This record gives sequence, structure tokens and C-alpha cells, in this order.
Amino acid sequence: MIYFLCKGLLRDRSRSLIPFLVVTVGVALTVLMEAWISGAVGDIIETNAKFKDGHLKVLSRSYAEQQSQYPLDLSLTDTQHWLQILRQKYPSVNWQMRIYFGGLLDFPDENGETMAQGPVAGTGIDLLSPDSKEKEYFNLNSALVKGTLPQNPGEILVTDQFFERLHLSIGQSATLISVGMDGGMAVHAFKVVGTINFGVTGLDRGAIIADVSDVQEALNMIDATSEIFGYFKAGRFLKQQAMTISQMFNQAYSKPNDPFSPVMQTFLDGDIGQAMGFMDRYLAFILIIFVFIMAIVLWNSGIMNGIRRYGEIGIRLAMGETKNHIYFTMLGEALIVGIIGSILGTMVGLIPAYYLQEVGFDISSMMGSTTSSILISTIMRAQINSMTFWIGFIPGVLATGVGTLMAGIAIYQRQTAELFKELEI
Amino acid sequence: MTERSIISLDQVDKVFPVGDGKFYALKQIDLNFEEGEFAGLVGPSGSGKTTLLNVIGALDKPSRGRVSVLGQDVSQLRAKESAHLRSEKLGFIFQTHNLLPVYTVYENIELPLLLLRTPASERKKMIMETLEWVGLTDKWKSKPNKLSGGQCQRAAIARVMVKRPQIVLADEPTANLDAENSHMILKTMKKLNQELKTTFIFSTHDEKVIQYLVRKITLTDGKVTQDEIVNKLKESR
Ligand SMILES: Nc1ncnc2c1ncn2[C@@H]1O[C@H](COP(=O)(O)OP(=O)(O)OP(=O)(O)O)[C@@H](O)[C@H]1O
Ligand SMILES: [Mg+2]
Repeated sequence: MIYFLCKGLLRDRSRSLIPFLVVTVGVALTVLMEAWISGAVGDIIETNAKFKDGHLKVLSRSYAEQQSQYPLDLSLTDTQHWLQILRQKYPSVNWQMRIYFGGLLDFPDENGETMAQGPVAGTGIDLLSPDSKEKEYFNLNSALVKGTLPQNPGEILVTDQFFERLHLSIGQSATLISVGMDGGMAVHAFKVVGTINFGVTGLDRGAIIADVSDVQEALNMIDATSEIFGYFKAGRFLKQQAMTISQMFNQAYSKPNDPFSPVMQTFLDGDIGQAMGFMDRYLAFILIIFVFIMAIVLWNSGIMNGIRRYGEIGIRLAMGETKNHIYFTMLGEALIVGIIGSILGTMVGLIPAYYLQEVGFDISSMMGSTTSSILISTIMRAQINSMTFWIGFIPGVLATGVGTLMAGIAIYQRQTAELFKELEI
Repeated sequence: MTERSIISLDQVDKVFPVGDGKFYALKQIDLNFEEGEFAGLVGPSGSGKTTLLNVIGALDKPSRGRVSVLGQDVSQLRAKESAHLRSEKLGFIFQTHNLLPVYTVYENIELPLLLLRTPASERKKMIMETLEWVGLTDKWKSKPNKLSGGQCQRAAIARVMVKRPQIVLADEPTANLDAENSHMILKTMKKLNQELKTTFIFSTHDEKVIQYLVRKITLTDGKVTQDEIVNKLKESR
């Protein structure tokens, strides 16, 4: 009997091929859409996590309270101790010191007289440790415009705009004049070895990147750092894991009444992270609507299919099949079509999704800049995640099934004799 | 109810609600059919022929009275039991052949056997034998859309006869056929009636069908107004 029904299913194109194509296309679109939305959300997270919030970060409680002012004097101390704990306890995360600071960069001529100077926003990151991932996070290799990346202590990068405006040259020495952690004046000599683009107007006007040890030395920060940033080795923000880690850490080490004890924050605690919650819901909403529309389309084709077959239903009843049996065989057929269509649709959808994940979609021409920068990624990417693999089955299997279910209810609502009327035409 | 009676109707009414009132499609029907009958329900359109066949075929329940088919009280049967009765003992032939278009003639005829779970080894023999009765042996591989109207109707008869039902209910089986095909169909059915002792009950207003009937039951406004043996001779023809 099953073989018999399958034969019919295969031969009747409007029963198999058309719903099958509709399911496949619908599922493929859903899958692609989901991957694309995840990619877009992931992109926003990564861009912001990269520079400002990290996936996770550890800072002193008092620094955390005034974070927006980068209060260097409230920096976290005992950095090596904390780094060791973090790296040992949470090995799925890369932990790195970072120091954000401000100051005046002064460029002397060969006589030691000021040739040019300008205010800069500084970022101290681990540039020199061989296992440091910071160069990758900051995308430095492709953001580099002129010169090379720092190889030795004392070497810094400046933004290309700043470099051009002050008519600097590669190899030029520079003096940073700033306020140290202790509140005293801090002066330190550097050498400009390369220029970069941040892709953000404010920063591009005047910013430098230096090795974090140099910055510690320059600002008298002995074993201190403004923040310790953590990035998942998986390469993207893992919400659940981030929340667990921060909870565990804070419970163990953060003391509410000690302003200098450390506190761990997740990306979600940052400004963007807080907005993300909303954004996430918004995108989920779009996805739900999309799935819903697909469901209606597929549901409809299920109903149409059922109605078209009243004649067949009548004759099968006449032959002594029970309504239940007919109903279940029709449901079975729909589910076969739905499942196979969903599997194929998911595979079909994954192909462009994979392409968009690996290669991405370059929007740099739309943005009018050709050099990539640190903050803004010019390549939009999809992101295949666990949901990508099953989301398509919601409209694919569920909707097809429910459509047939609804169509089938008509079988029950009608009197047997009435179904027979269909046969008298 | 006589010894050989296989269908008996006793004071059967069938009432349909119409607006606020009731419409009597069948009124106080008393009928008996014996095994091997070749009977016809005749009467003007709307007289209740189809309704009566549906009640006999356990597709519809009588509003009042008793309908017994092969010893079973139809009005007491649950859906599953009446489906069972149809599947094993009854056959329906309609005005249109209603062959399933995606299946070949062979497969269409196979369906009722599949529902009865007849083993594969027996199916083939039964189907080929039935095709021979109705003269469609050479068309077994064809799809319905490749057959003429008469051939389709013969295939529909084969689909019914393949399971050797005890009773065949045929609702205007020749209404869509030309004279030649009508005669061919009727001869086929007559032959099956005589060879297999299958009981046939028709509903018709086709003169060609009436010629073949042995018993003619006239319905008028839901009542039996005449019930006569019209063709004793032809029975032995
Ligand atoms: N489900 C129903 N609801 C209401 N009235 C019905 C229903 N089914 C049949 N009738 C009525 O019962 C009467 C008998 O109908 P039936 O179909 O048995 O006639 P018939 O003798 O088969 O006619 P025809 O020769 O046109 O096929 C008709 O008047 C019809 O309108
Ligand atoms: Mg009728």
C-alpha cells in the first residue's frame, strides 16, 4: 500500500513536484535569510566588541563606574595575577591587556625643537608577544596604509590622516606627553613606523596604537592596565558562555565594597550590547514573520492539494477505506514531501549562505572607501549557526503538515454521502 | 425476510433538514433483495434513487427503520465497520468512472485488493482474470486518459469486480456512455451476475438499462410505487 501511494505521489506532479519545489524554495530562502541575519547581528557584535566592549572584559569596579571617561587613575592593578587566573580558568577565551589613554604627541626636529604636535587618542595593545591575537582582532595587516607594523618596543602606528596633516615621515621620532596613572606628568619617546585607518572620523583625526608594555612604562602603570579584554577563541560572541563566565568570575573575585577589586562585564553590558537585546528581538521578529509567510504559502498549497483530491477521497471511501486511513495516508504523503523538501531546501539554502559566510559581500564600493579599516568591516557576511540547520523545517514540515491537516478536516466535516456527490458530476 | 434475502429494508425513512422543515427523500420503504438479483430503481430525477443506494451501501444512515445488509444492521454500524462492509462485500459503480488518473488500469484495479491486504501472489492472477471478463486485457498498462469512456467504465467495473463483492450498487452507470458502450457494459454485468451470482442493483432512467433488468422497482417522491418482475425470460438467456 505504501509503495502504491508513493508511486502515485511520484507520478502526480501537482501532488509531489510542485509542493516539493515550493517547499524547497521556501525552505532555502528561510535558511539563507536566517544565516544572513545572524551574520548581520554577528557583524555588529564583532565590530563593537573589537574595539570597545570585548566579548568579555575585566576592569576595576571604580573604573567600570566611570568607564566613558577612561579614568586611568582607577586602573586595575596586579594585572599579571589576574591574567594568570583568567587564562587558567577560562581557556576558551583569549585574555589580553588593553590601555586606552589620551595625550599630546609632539614631533621634534633634529635640534629637539617642536616641529609639529597634535592631540591623540591612544590604544595600548599587545603587539609584540608572539601568541598575541590582537593584531588579528584589530585587522592591522589590512588596515595598514604606510610603513610596517611595530616589531620592537617603542614603535607605534599613527592614523594616516594625522600623519599626512602633520607632514610626518616613517621612522620619525615622537614624544608622548600625558598624565600618568599616579597623576603626575608622563613623557615618553616613540618612533612612528606605520600608518593605519580606523574608519571612524573622530579617531582617524588623531590616534595611535602602541604596544601595551610601552604604554605601561610611559604612563607609570606598574603591573596595571585599564582593562583586560577577553575574546572567545571560537571567533564570535557566545552569549550563554559569556554570561556564565562573568557570573562565576564576579562571584569569586569581585567584592562590592572594594572599589579596586575586579569586575567582569560581558558585551551585553556595553551600550551596543544593551541595544543588541532589542536588535536581536527585532531581527527574530523579522525572521518569525518570514517563517510565517512561508508557512502560509505552504499551508495553502497543502489545502489546494487536498481539495483537488476530493474525487479520489470519495472513491477510496467507496472502496471501504476508512476516513482515518485516508487522512493519515494524505498526511503521510505531505510529510514525506515536506521532509524531503526541507532537507533539500536546507542544503540548497546552505550553499549561498556558506558562500556569503566565507567570501562575503563586499560593500566597500558603496561606502566609498577602498582601504579596509579597523572598525568598520566592508564585507557583509552570513553566519551559519546551529539554527540555520533546523529553522527551515518549521515552515517546511510543519506548514505542509498543518496545511494538509486543515484540508483533511474537510473530509471529516462532510458527510460520507456528500463526498460521494463529488463522484456524480 | 426470506431465506435467501441478503438485503432487507423495513419501514425506512430518510429525512433531510431543509430550512426549518424536513424533506422526506425516502418514505416507508419496505424492500427485500435476494442473492443474484439484477434489479433496477427507476423513477424521475429527485425520486430518491441515489439516496436509497447510499442507504443500502452503508454510506448514509436511515432516519428511521431498519436496513440490514448481509445480516448486518447498517444503522448500528460504526464508521469503521461500515467501511469494512464496503471493502469486503460491496462494490460501487458511478456515473463517472473515477479511475485515479495517475495509475494504470492494472494499478487502479489493484487498489481494492491492497486495501483488503490480498497477498501479492494472488493479486496478479485476480486482476488479469477480471480484466479478461471486461475485455481490457490488452489495456492493462494504459493510464485512464488513454482509454475511451466505455473502456474506462469497464475498468471501473473491473475495479469493483476484482474483489468479488456480493452486492454491486450502480448509480446510473451508463449515463455518460453511448448506446454501443452501454450495451457492452450491461452485457458484461449481466454475465458477471450469472457467473458469479453477484447481486446488482442499479439506479437508472436509461431505457437501455431497463431492458436488461429482471426486476424493476419504481420510485416516486421517495416511495416505492411499483415493484415488478419484468424479464423472467432474460434471466436464463
Ligand atoms: N444531503 C441532502 N440534503 C437535502 N436534500 C437532499 C440531500 N440529498 C438528497 N436530497 C434530496 O433528496 C431527493 C432525492 O435525491 P436523490 O439524489 O436520491 O434523487 P435521484 O432519484 O437519485 O435523482 P437523479 O435521478 O437526479 O439522480 C432530492 O429531492 C434531493 O434534493
Ligand atoms: Mg441520483
